[in-house]
Amino acid sequence: MTEATSARALKPWEDPNAKPFLQIRNVTKKFGAFTAVNDVSLDIYQGELFCLLGGSGCGKSTLLRMLAGFEMPTSGQILIDGEDMSGVPPHKRDTNMMFQSYALFPHMSVEKNIAYGLKRDGVPRAEIATRVTEMLSLVQLDGLAARKPHQLSGGQRQRVALARSLIKRPKLLMLDEPLGALDKKLREETQRELIKIQETLGVTFVVVTHDQEEAMTLSSRLGVMTAGQIVQIGTPHDVYEYPNTRFVADFIGSVNIFEGKIAEDADDHVVIRSGDTASDILVSHGISGVKGQSVAVALRPEKIAIERTLPESLPNRLAATVDDVSYMGNLSVFHVTLPTGKQVKVSQTNRRRSADDAIRAGEAVQIGWDGAASVVVTA
Amino acid sequence: MGRRGKRRGDGMTARGLFEWVGAKGRAFVVAAPLAWLTLFFLLPFVVLAKISLSESAIARPPYLPIWEWAEGVLNVSLNFGNYLFLAEDPLYLMAYLGSLKIAAAATVITLLIGYPMAYVIARAPQHRRNILLMLVVLPFWTSFLLRVYAWIGILKGNGVINNVLMSMGVINEPLVLLQTDFAVYLGIVYSYLPFMILPLYATLVKLDEALLEASADLGARPFVTFLTVTLPLSVPGIIAGSLLVFIPAVGEFVIPALLGGPDTLMIGSVLWNEFFSNRDWPVASAVAIVMLVVLVMPIAILQRTQSGKEEAN
Repeated sequence: MTEATSARALKPWEDPNAKPFLQIRNVTKKFGAFTAVNDVSLDIYQGELFCLLGGSGCGKSTLLRMLAGFEMPTSGQILIDGEDMSGVPPHKRDTNMMFQSYALFPHMSVEKNIAYGLKRDGVPRAEIATRVTEMLSLVQLDGLAARKPHQLSGGQRQRVALARSLIKRPKLLMLDEPLGALDKKLREETQRELIKIQETLGVTFVVVTHDQEEAMTLSSRLGVMTAGQIVQIGTPHDVYEYPNTRFVADFIGSVNIFEGKIAEDADDHVVIRSGDTASDILVSHGISGVKGQSVAVALRPEKIAIERTLPESLPNRLAATVDDVSYMGNLSVFHVTLPTGKQVKVSQTNRRRSADDAIRAGEAVQIGWDGAASVVVTA
Repeated sequence: MGRRGKRRGDGMTARGLFEWVGAKGRAFVVAAPLAWLTLFFLLPFVVLAKISLSESAIARPPYLPIWEWAEGVLNVSLNFGNYLFLAEDPLYLMAYLGSLKIAAAATVITLLIGYPMAYVIARAPQHRRNILLMLVVLPFWTSFLLRVYAWIGILKGNGVINNVLMSMGVINEPLVLLQTDFAVYLGIVYSYLPFMILPLYATLVKLDEALLEASADLGARPFVTFLTVTLPLSVPGIIAGSLLVFIPAVGEFVIPALLGGPDTLMIGSVLWNEFFSNRDWPVASAVAIVMLVVLVMPIAILQRTQSGKEEAN
């Protein structure tokens, strides 16, 4: 896919010699007694599309506003391209921001809105005109230059806001919930366009979003935030497949959590004794833990097989009763109950069209998974 | 046709009545202010217009009727002499111009003082905002007349200002502050400041902070942001506030009468003199009608532009 060709396949964060473009060092922001951002450190590299993902009030927007200069950190340091940003007001930063509300100037035409930043820099009029025209065609708004914001649709306004924030060729572009106000279909289209534009211009993007699907689709890496802290940073793949906490596992995608204790701890596998399943769960990766420690096994619904009888080669097999089946078209979601009373969510791709022998609610089935399918989280 | 009639017939149930009131409700709501305006504005205006077209007389009332019914003949005599008289005597023209000049200058000063105040109130934290607004409105709790009188005590020869300055040794002789144009400006600006601040505040408080941040983010210094974003977006408040100050200031009588000197020529005083000193009601009425026309014109133009803008939105 895009990975092979795009800049983000380079994975600069794995290169120990790479110099981060944006460095956030132990940044804390307090509003009175409330700590909005708590000791966050984060490196973002040139050309990345980094998503800050979290629920409302997790501090992601405050962090973004500190990057833009609308808020100053209570303690800690922010460096952009090696330059310390402490005390630098927003209008003196080479960064731009796309606001959640778009914040288009209602009294100016589309053209004037987009040209605003260049005009402030005293760019010659002829150059402004060419660059605005370029921008308009980049965001596919040719012909709408003379419209006022209130004469545009939501999607068009979003494009004007994007064009306005890109026209100064910022080193760093911050986007606050850039697609939040668009409907689902338009959002998916715009996501792809946003990635394309980002790759064309090579600008570093920092996107704030609460939508995990959006973060997965857009980002080269993402940081999951909660309660003012970043709990996990990684590629969408890493964060989804190897969540480091129950919170991350639960926040991104859906997950089944089995509580238990470490019963056997070897280098290449662990066995977790779980009361939820009334059995031992084999996990074929080593962990850093001690025998008897309380942990949880996180298991994604799509990694669980469900059949009337499963082959004995599967190391983890459990009997279960189907409570209900939701047919979603591309997949079916089964809610099953184990003999212990624990509910488990299983999803299966509908590979075949025929549904004559499909598993129905009330049936006794077996669910099972491979040792590599689950991940142990200690926190 | 027949069916409709029948429907109307059984519509006279409680529900039908309710619907009828519902449909006519709009008319009722509009009728109340319309009746008010007719009774207290339109009728007096017509009476005034009628008097302005009559001839003055030593009688009670002090003017002649404009129509007479005698022996089957209706004699209507419209006297435009009062209006011609206004045009002939430069006193009236000077008074009109003087009023407009003083009102316009006072409006600009009020705007210059009121805008920063409204801006600060609109940007203040929520809980402090209400206190500041209270302070703006607080003077209204005292009679307007008393407050203007209070200024006499402050400005007069042995008033507060002169006493303080003399005791500090800044001046040796009292300054002439009272009965000057300065005192009139001061009185108007002081009295009408809240009328400027309140509409300005209403516009500024609605201003989306994100617009200011967006402007800063795109490289505008705070002052440039003010000129390119805040000021253009507060134009409706500026217009509303300016009208609320300008219109009553043109016809202002009390302030120039109490604080102004003999040189302060304002149409309000002229009007008062014509009515009560000269007892020339027809000329006084003509003065009032002309003033109304002078004031209504700009409002009408403004209304047009405003409604045009709303249609565009």
